[in-house]
Amino acid sequence: MTEKTMEAMKKRQNKSSDDYTYVGMVFHRLTRHKLAMVGAFMLIVMLLFVFVGPLVWRADPNEQIEGLEGMFNVPSRAHPLGTDDYGRDVLARMFFGGRISLFIGFVSALTAALVGALVGLVAGYYGGWADDVLMRFTDAMLSIPTFPLLIALASVMGKGIGQIILVIVVFGWMVDARLVRGLVLSLKEQEYIEAAHAIGASANRIMWRHLFPNTLAVLIVSTTIGIGGAIIYEASISFLGFGVQAPFASWGNMLQNAQQFIWNSPRLIIYPGLAIFMTVLGFNFFGDGLRDAIDPKLKL
Amino acid sequence: MDNREILVDIKNLRTFFYTEDGVVPAVDGIDLTIHRGEVVGLVGESGCGKSVTALSIIRLIPNPPGKVIGGEIFFHGEDLLKKNEEAMRMIRGDKISMIFQEPMTSLNPVYTIGNQISEAITLHQKIDDTEAKKRTIEMLHLVGIPEPERRFSQYPHEMSGGMRQRVMIAMALSSNPELLISDEATTALDVTIQAQILDLMRGLQKKLGMAILIITHNLAVVAEMAETISIAYAGKIVESASAREIFKSPRHPYTYGLLQSIPKFTEKKTNEPLPAIEGMVPSPYHMPKGCRFNPRCPFATEKCREEEPEILELTPGHLVRCFHPIES
Repeated sequence: MTEKTMEAMKKRQNKSSDDYTYVGMVFHRLTRHKLAMVGAFMLIVMLLFVFVGPLVWRADPNEQIEGLEGMFNVPSRAHPLGTDDYGRDVLARMFFGGRISLFIGFVSALTAALVGALVGLVAGYYGGWADDVLMRFTDAMLSIPTFPLLIALASVMGKGIGQIILVIVVFGWMVDARLVRGLVLSLKEQEYIEAAHAIGASANRIMWRHLFPNTLAVLIVSTTIGIGGAIIYEASISFLGFGVQAPFASWGNMLQNAQQFIWNSPRLIIYPGLAIFMTVLGFNFFGDGLRDAIDPKLKL
Repeated sequence: MDNREILVDIKNLRTFFYTEDGVVPAVDGIDLTIHRGEVVGLVGESGCGKSVTALSIIRLIPNPPGKVIGGEIFFHGEDLLKKNEEAMRMIRGDKISMIFQEPMTSLNPVYTIGNQISEAITLHQKIDDTEAKKRTIEMLHLVGIPEPERRFSQYPHEMSGGMRQRVMIAMALSSNPELLISDEATTALDVTIQAQILDLMRGLQKKLGMAILIITHNLAVVAEMAETISIAYAGKIVESASAREIFKSPRHPYTYGLLQSIPKFTEKKTNEPLPAIEGMVPSPYHMPKGCRFNPRCPFATEKCREEEPEILELTPGHLVRCFHPIES
């Protein structure tokens, strides 16, 4: 054996163990996906803005400057993004509004994914009448016009972050349920599931230990895109006035508040609008890239 | 003739599949006896009910559409078909283990192989994780996997087919089963690896003393491994005898045909084509009347087309289901 081949072999052996694990492979592929990296960059910018921003710009988002001269200030040294109709610092409100929007987005998309996974797992695994009942219920939920009901729900349940999350989850789990059910239908015919039966694993164990992790790849992608959707949802609900209530800011209610001043101070609409746009686009790009990276048949 | 204790006794097992196109009698009266520590071969073509028999034993017939509609499967004198799901789960993977045909897909891709073997152990034995890991590494060592400590934390996709089948065997044997069902376990492997795996199974059988039910379409596999062989055709056992008897003096025309169609290297070169069994396996929706083999049988008579033969013991230990058995 020549020295060169020896060296090459050594090199191959020294390949970092990351390259062999599934997560390592997906990460590696993800870094080569341009759109995903653009999305990741946008998300990092937004996260830094929301979480590091307040450390740099320490202003109270709810403090009002009294008097006419405090209102609708154009950007200046004292207020980098100006002030709103109550004389509050817009930059500070953007920070804290973003935290709430992102929080709602994350929590509701994750909860919706879990609920969807549960329904999908049970329906797909048991099949038969359980599948019929659960999937027809899912179809029924999908066919409900969301917004009118949402307004009705909001007026019954009251307004607040918890309620918004609940509403988004109630109307957001169906797509994940269908996705997981479809996957489980094919996964449960795999031989390793038969093998799991053959070592005496229970139904619960097979569902959560053997099937669920195999649906995670798809579920993570759907959740990533779902977070973007949930942020838009929150914004729409807040825009209609049923979401996060004053004086607390969210990007959605900042938009809602600003619509009356669209001709006088259009920047009050542009800031939160741009922030939502950036974040949702970031999540969508990243989620798209994640889907490509997870699919091993696609060359990246 | 065999005075060992009877481990499994299958009597007139009937497993049907109820599909939209009709009823498929996949297994229609299979009898099989496995003694403690015995290696039994179950041989037949695709669709003759071999795998369905295996799945019936561990009660994993997908229902619907499949259903065991008759017969008894005695294991240690208790009828497995009368046990509830909970009791069956205690037996699966503990007393009766199974290895499958496709080593490439029989392991869950998201867990390390160590994790999966440990799971099989802890499902049936109350031991802690470190103990389970120790036992897993022992098992990996036992099935001849080099560097078991390193392999423990590898994922299935990092291993070759032969290695994965070894892992499956390690998993199946981890709780010292009394019966190992090998459902075409070597079919998907290439011949050299196949020989290695068969060697390994034979060695482990001698060492651990479990009974093995080898299900295969490959007569060479059972010739090497099995003590007794049952030949299945269209959901029924047509001949059953010791391996030596089957190969030396097959009595059923189907067995005879199978053996004839194996090329023999000891014979002089001729330009004769290899003899084959005429015709096709009958469609499961339209089983022929009378003996199921009659449309393909060179010895078939009017009686064969009308009546179904019973399985009879022609010489001690040699059972044949035929009206006109070939003379030995």
